[in-house]
Amino acid sequence: MTTSMHGGNIAIVGASETERVGVLPDVSMIHLHTDAARRALADAGIDIREVDGVATAGPNVIELADQLGIRPRWVDGTMIGGCSFMALVRHASAAIAAGAANVVLITHGESGRSRVGVPGYAPAPTSIAGQFEHPYGALAPYSSFTTPVLAFMKERGFTREDLAEVVVAQRQWAIPNERAQRRAQIDVEGVLNAPPIAYPFTRDMCCVVTDGGGALVVTSAERARDLPSAGRAVYVLGSGEGTGSVIVSQMDDLDSFGPFRNGSREAFETAGVAHADIDHLMFYDAFAHLPLYMLEDTGFVGKGESAAFIKEGHTRPGGKLPMNTQGGGLSYTHSGMYGMFAIQEAVRQLRGEAVVQVPDVRLSFVQGVGFMFGAGGSLILSNQPA
Amino acid sequence: MTDGPVPRPTPETLPFWEGTAAGELRIQRCTPCDEFYFYPRPFCPKCLSSDVAWEKVSGNATLASYNINYRPGPAFSSQDPLVIALVELDEGPRMMTNIVGVPAEPEALPLGMRLTVGFQPRGDQFLPVFSPAEGA
Repeated sequence: MTTSMHGGNIAIVGASETERVGVLPDVSMIHLHTDAARRALADAGIDIREVDGVATAGPNVIELADQLGIRPRWVDGTMIGGCSFMALVRHASAAIAAGAANVVLITHGESGRSRVGVPGYAPAPTSIAGQFEHPYGALAPYSSFTTPVLAFMKERGFTREDLAEVVVAQRQWAIPNERAQRRAQIDVEGVLNAPPIAYPFTRDMCCVVTDGGGALVVTSAERARDLPSAGRAVYVLGSGEGTGSVIVSQMDDLDSFGPFRNGSREAFETAGVAHADIDHLMFYDAFAHLPLYMLEDTGFVGKGESAAFIKEGHTRPGGKLPMNTQGGGLSYTHSGMYGMFAIQEAVRQLRGEAVVQVPDVRLSFVQGVGFMFGAGGSLILSNQPA
Repeated sequence: MTDGPVPRPTPETLPFWEGTAAGELRIQRCTPCDEFYFYPRPFCPKCLSSDVAWEKVSGNATLASYNINYRPGPAFSSQDPLVIALVELDEGPRMMTNIVGVPAEPEALPLGMRLTVGFQPRGDQFLPVFSPAEGA
């Protein structure tokens, strides 16, 4: 087949997280991938022998395919951090539309908490970050991803209370969700009084650190119609991606991120829908500032309006634009490359299968980020072909 | 703060580190664009020209943003809070650094504060760090 990669010609037909997410010292990283993969294939009702495309952001895509007994004719090992999975859905859509693959399996698995079967992480002292950022203590994401935030807050007149409001809003989605890691009710004062991590961030403004994974099965809308999962297909309407600087200090602007602006614009243009059409948001929230940047950069609110939008409750249960509805990285789970979990929740909401279901979701917008402010990936997904 | 990850120069970045060892902050400037750029690379990231030169800059900068890292982690023997800052050099480029010579407290770190460079030994290299300019 040759068709457009957008507009509903490509569908996510299988989607699953690992059976468990949280603290899983009994599973190595690769088998978080394979657990999610087998569950996603079962969810799709598709035979693994039909999979001819395999994609992951790591470990090696060769090992992933081999562990599952797949000898693919199309592979993609794109690694742009936590938004790799948005990009991989986009790449898989292009490949399927072009006829380079028929059924693509995309997996994520990360033993982010227990570190079982994880390759050693030793940043090279010759890398750009190794020379110009790591020596200053900007090693862990909490100490690097947070560096531009005071400039962002000053530019807009935001306060630490505004960061805390993001945490409180998202916690409301996690409280009823038994798979969520942080479920205690919390208020702004409680967030501000949590242990300090990297000023202005306290513990609760930083994501949880967990083990887990997820997988997606992507194919043509035409093939989707004949599967047992046909009624639950989720269609790719639009997408975008891009990269910025390899070190956070070299962001083009400290208070706005080009890949959010440009990737989301392309996603809306290719989908042919407007912001007002979107019913549901998934904004990759490794830290509390990200939903604020994303709300503004993707155009859902104007510059400087994001903090009030959150504080007024619009993203909470019952709000007009529900966001991060499983609790997000801040409360639900965060294995390291969270993007897969954002897509999983968008799929659940569009299928009507979420733990805390938003009524009448037809269009979901998903925005990812990767390698701190290094990359972005955007998706517009729907439960209707167009 | 003298221990922690030690940067290792590559051929393309070596003049920067030779500069810090000599007590100078050296940054590259593109001749056709007449603009400084950072991080080091053998061509201008705007016009791709190889007509670029290393120059000693003033070492004067402004505090643009920062965090106070309360958990420096195992790469550092001291777990005292580290001020990880983004500073804008008077010549234009922005770089990451540590702010030293002031308490690691928000009250001592107003954005826009004027800064001046200094150099701290780190392994076999010298790291550019910044402290409040005199009279700041």
